[in-house]
Amino acid sequence: MSYLLNVSPSPHMHGKESTQKLMFNVILALIPAFITSVFYFGIGAIIVTATSVASCLLFEYLIQRFILKKPISITDGSALVTGILLAFNLPSNIPVLIIVIGSFISIAVAKMTFGGLGNNPFNPALVGRVFMLISFPVQMTSWPVPKGFGTGYTDAITGATPLAIIKEGLKNGEPLSQLMDKIPTPAQMFLGNMGGSMGEVAAIALLIGFIYLLIKKVITWHIPVSVIGSMAIFTAILWLVNPEKNANPMFHILAGGVLLGAIFMATDYVTSPMNSRSMIIYGCGIGIITVIIRVWGAYPEGVSFAILVMNAFVPLMNAYIKPKRFGEEVKNG
Amino acid sequence: MLKTFPIGGVHPPENKLTSDIPIEYLPVPETVVIPVLQHIGSPANPVVNKGDLVKTGQIIASGKGFVSANIHSSVSGKVNKIDSAADSTGYKQIAVYIDVEGDEWLDTIDRSKEIIREIKLTPEEIVKRCFESGIVGLGGATFPSHVKLTVPSGKKCEVLIINGVECEPYLTSDHRLMLEKGEEILTGVTILMKALKVEKAMIGIENNKPDAINHITKLASEFKGITVYPLKVKYPQGAEKQLIKALTGREVPSGRLPLDVGAVVHNVGTAFAVYEAVQKNKPLFERVVTVTGKSLSKPGNYMVRTGTPLSKLIEAAGGLPDDTGKIINGGPMMGKAVCNTDVPVVKGMSGVVIFPDIESVREEIKPCIRCAKCVLACPLNLEPFLLMTVSELGFFERAEKERITDCMECGSCSFTCPANRPLLDYIRLGKSSVIKMARERNLK
Repeated sequence: MSYLLNVSPSPHMHGKESTQKLMFNVILALIPAFITSVFYFGIGAIIVTATSVASCLLFEYLIQRFILKKPISITDGSALVTGILLAFNLPSNIPVLIIVIGSFISIAVAKMTFGGLGNNPFNPALVGRVFMLISFPVQMTSWPVPKGFGTGYTDAITGATPLAIIKEGLKNGEPLSQLMDKIPTPAQMFLGNMGGSMGEVAAIALLIGFIYLLIKKVITWHIPVSVIGSMAIFTAILWLVNPEKNANPMFHILAGGVLLGAIFMATDYVTSPMNSRSMIIYGCGIGIITVIIRVWGAYPEGVSFAILVMNAFVPLMNAYIKPKRFGEEVKNG
Repeated sequence: MLKTFPIGGVHPPENKLTSDIPIEYLPVPETVVIPVLQHIGSPANPVVNKGDLVKTGQIIASGKGFVSANIHSSVSGKVNKIDSAADSTGYKQIAVYIDVEGDEWLDTIDRSKEIIREIKLTPEEIVKRCFESGIVGLGGATFPSHVKLTVPSGKKCEVLIINGVECEPYLTSDHRLMLEKGEEILTGVTILMKALKVEKAMIGIENNKPDAINHITKLASEFKGITVYPLKVKYPQGAEKQLIKALTGREVPSGRLPLDVGAVVHNVGTAFAVYEAVQKNKPLFERVVTVTGKSLSKPGNYMVRTGTPLSKLIEAAGGLPDDTGKIINGGPMMGKAVCNTDVPVVKGMSGVVIFPDIESVREEIKPCIRCAKCVLACPLNLEPFLLMTVSELGFFERAEKERITDCMECGSCSFTCPANRPLLDYIRLGKSSVIKMARERNLK
């Protein structure tokens, strides 16, 4: 024989799935939410997303090129996803400089210091977002009122989010039934016609993304369903106990960043557990902590904090919660 | 709802290029090299010497001990030498070289085309005949069949499971055998049922072979106690424990045998070999091999004598294509890549898959993104990413605790990994170290 044969251990076939393709599918799944946020918040949504994506990619490139001196891997799409998710967690009128600072924290601090893709314990986009929320509380909580394409970037009219209206009102002793009249109807909230971070408002767009991710087998149902399910159960109990003080489960799920968090942030591969049992525990933890922060905490919204708290438990869960091995218990049926 | 196993599994592209091509008898080659170890267990002892004349079907090496198998000459001719030869694993071992002269079979072998359904032998005689005829599991594992047919006292076989799954991509040898030798297979199943003293046999066939399902189901109505079950297509359904789970719902405990849940599994190819051995007195010296590949000009299913060099087989299938990058003995998921085409066909060779250059190299390894796809794909619910890491770091106690030895090396984890990580390579390494460690511990 005139040439050499390749010899390698089995399997000799590969599923042709790649990190890049998975990230690309996540980006595709985020497109409906991006379109709705442009629809509601106009040019601001485009500026914020573009700035965030560009600076995330740039910081990753610069760190790999000049500090780590390693091959550049920005084409794997992970920094792109981080950039989009960070933007989706911001108000659409936030100054560009703040976005750049947030992107720096996301990529440089939360991701690259731990060794880059695959090694970071905390969701980079959320670390960036929480850093910005604590450092720039005013800019991070002045939400533009959805006005459509006409909305300018920095001169937008701002208003409170439904969650903030309820939180503030309850603190001032207003009855819940009156407060509910001040917020958008469930139908409006479902379509995204309310104040909030640019990517979190439209439930329908996020759900379309969720279905796409499930069909493409990018994620499994475990985390999103357990986040939303545990929140629904917990808020339903509170609501039934005291309907004058606690909002209904429907409101809790549609308001704020629950869907964006449950579908796109909590399911981040690197920072979520690696078997279905742990995924359900992790999801329920996020749901419960979110409700605790919303009902008893100082912030009107708690999804970001809840996910970061549960991220910290992931190594523990991976070490101690094991899938039930095949043949572990004898079952004769 | 079609049956299948519940945990994990993957869907590799099927690429069954040869499922419509009838089995063709390959001409007897000029020389054969027959290794004395073609099965799991101890190698057989050669019983012929240089210069001896042998007939087709004559015993040339006899099984040593209980877990071993006889080896028969696949041709008639003169023993040229008994020497070492590299087999498809690449390791050298003793083999009998025979120069072919004509094709003269032993007189005791019934070469008529007639199908005999009536079973005259007693269960004990059947087991003895299987041992004498060198029958081993033809699904690929080549475990001596007489061992599986000997039920130890205290255990009871309740159901015989016949594996017609053929879940490996590309391979169609079992598929063709079911279509062309259905009656023989079912008689073979009846013989196995008699040997095991069971009333019930279940044949599992994946749903991508509707013609085989229809054919065997129709024929099975004439046989007592045999039922055919179509199964949902999913790899690795042909794995023994997965098939038992799919068909009976029983889970073979870790480290135990199918008999512990009252099941014995045999392949359809083995059932056919048992039929020939028991009804026709024909030892196992030929088998169906699928020779396939996208660039092969004449892929097909060939009935081949053992000991035939791979090159003859590939020649019959149109010759080695110019873009050949890899030749796989077995299926692409669990088969072994061979390093040259001189290796002989052995009892366990169900297929030869030829991959072009572009498909035979692996992609660049990327960092693990902890997507958990390997965990979800593992049919045994192990954590391949973890097993790889602990094996890489040499933490073999931890690997043992994480049940690395349960791994059956189906390759679903490596197949599914988006970062192209060589999960199974490291798991194999860890597994062999753990087995070695456990053996040393037992010696102390």
